[in-house]
Amino acid sequence: MSTHPTTPAQTVGPYLHIGLPWPDGPFAVAEGTPGAVWLRGTVHDGAGAIVTDALVETWQADPEGRFDHPDDPRGARSLPGFRGFGRCPTDASGSYGILTLKPGPVPGPTGDQAPHVDISVFARGMLHRVVTRLYFPEEEAANAADPVLGSIADPAARATLVARREEDGYRLDIRLQGENETVFFDI
Amino acid sequence: MSTDSGLHVPGYVRDHDTHPPLDYPGYKSTALRHPKRPLTLLPHMLTEITSPVLGQDRLGAHDHDLTRQHDDEPQGQRIIVHGQVRDSDGRPVPHTLVEIWQANAAGRYLHTSDNWPAPLDPNFTGVGRVITDAGGRYRFVTVRPGAYPWKNHRNAWRPAHIHFSLFGRAFTQRLVTQMYFPDDPLFFQDPMWQSVPDEKARERMLARFDHDTTEPEWALAYRWDIVLRGHEQTPFESEEEVLEDDE
Repeated sequence: MSTHPTTPAQTVGPYLHIGLPWPDGPFAVAEGTPGAVWLRGTVHDGAGAIVTDALVETWQADPEGRFDHPDDPRGARSLPGFRGFGRCPTDASGSYGILTLKPGPVPGPTGDQAPHVDISVFARGMLHRVVTRLYFPEEEAANAADPVLGSIADPAARATLVARREEDGYRLDIRLQGENETVFFDI
Repeated sequence: MSTDSGLHVPGYVRDHDTHPPLDYPGYKSTALRHPKRPLTLLPHMLTEITSPVLGQDRLGAHDHDLTRQHDDEPQGQRIIVHGQVRDSDGRPVPHTLVEIWQANAAGRYLHTSDNWPAPLDPNFTGVGRVITDAGGRYRFVTVRPGAYPWKNHRNAWRPAHIHFSLFGRAFTQRLVTQMYFPDDPLFFQDPMWQSVPDEKARERMLARFDHDTTEPEWALAYRWDIVLRGHEQTPFESEEEVLEDDE
């Protein structure tokens, strides 16, 4: 039981662009890093319209499934040049792009989780962030054994979390509402 | 709790009761931007209990003082905004990035989409960043933002506020919120404020006037403490100890 009640969330509003984007935000690794991939996608609202004033953030393990963080019981491990975190506002076409390295499998309570990227979406019209995950299409066996994907009964819903391979990376479109609505998590 | 290949880590409290719903008809833009499917429970595992460790290299020389980012000083009432970031167990959250953005004293944002007829201030950008100290404390110098109109409903005005973005030490703790000023007359018609269902929770978005921190012949001061989610397991720690830690 916690003793202190938490502070409520509020929307980022329409003017998030003055405060949140960083010049290096989209680059979890620098351009030219061997093995770097772009994670791209478009954010849509419930009418199918593109959302041009959202902010997408990503957080993930390194290619060996490690985190540079003291709460990882295996110990913090830093991979020079790799931040693990990406932040990108959507542009005039509703699209985001994060340059990163593909994460490795990450241990979970009942065995490994498939390689995944945690994603937060913030926007005007959203009083709190929504959270989803990106999984990789070539990891069929690992995805089939992943506890989070496995907890989603509907295969069509599960598929909203699996990115599509593109020439220089992966694409995961995010649908906030409606047909093919992305699976969002209670975090 | 762990199997041969498993790794169990302590999770964070789920504090749904505190937050506004994603579907809130009073704030019209939520209509097409809230999921309609029920959320799927995400157990807290390694990715969720970690987050980026961001250091001083993210900060510019004047990021903590929004009145010193230009050649001259901005117009408006100079204020100090400070407080402590804690988790719901009462532990300070040290060395975490706090980002703010706000309108100028006239209620205008330096943003291409903000075109209402209030003046921009050539000496005010309205953006700040600090990292909390070892005790979880933060401090900004800025000017008090003005209220501004928006088109949500007829004659709609946002109460004066400062946007805050916090990372905490875990993905679960990420929080974007707004700090409000005491006794603002505009709360009664503001759907953002009212979207927080519990009145006591709304009050946790209110800074308090802090006379002890004002600087004579220089600046007024407001204190706003921010509480992020703590761990599911309660540490053996008394309320007294937590309060002592405060100052």
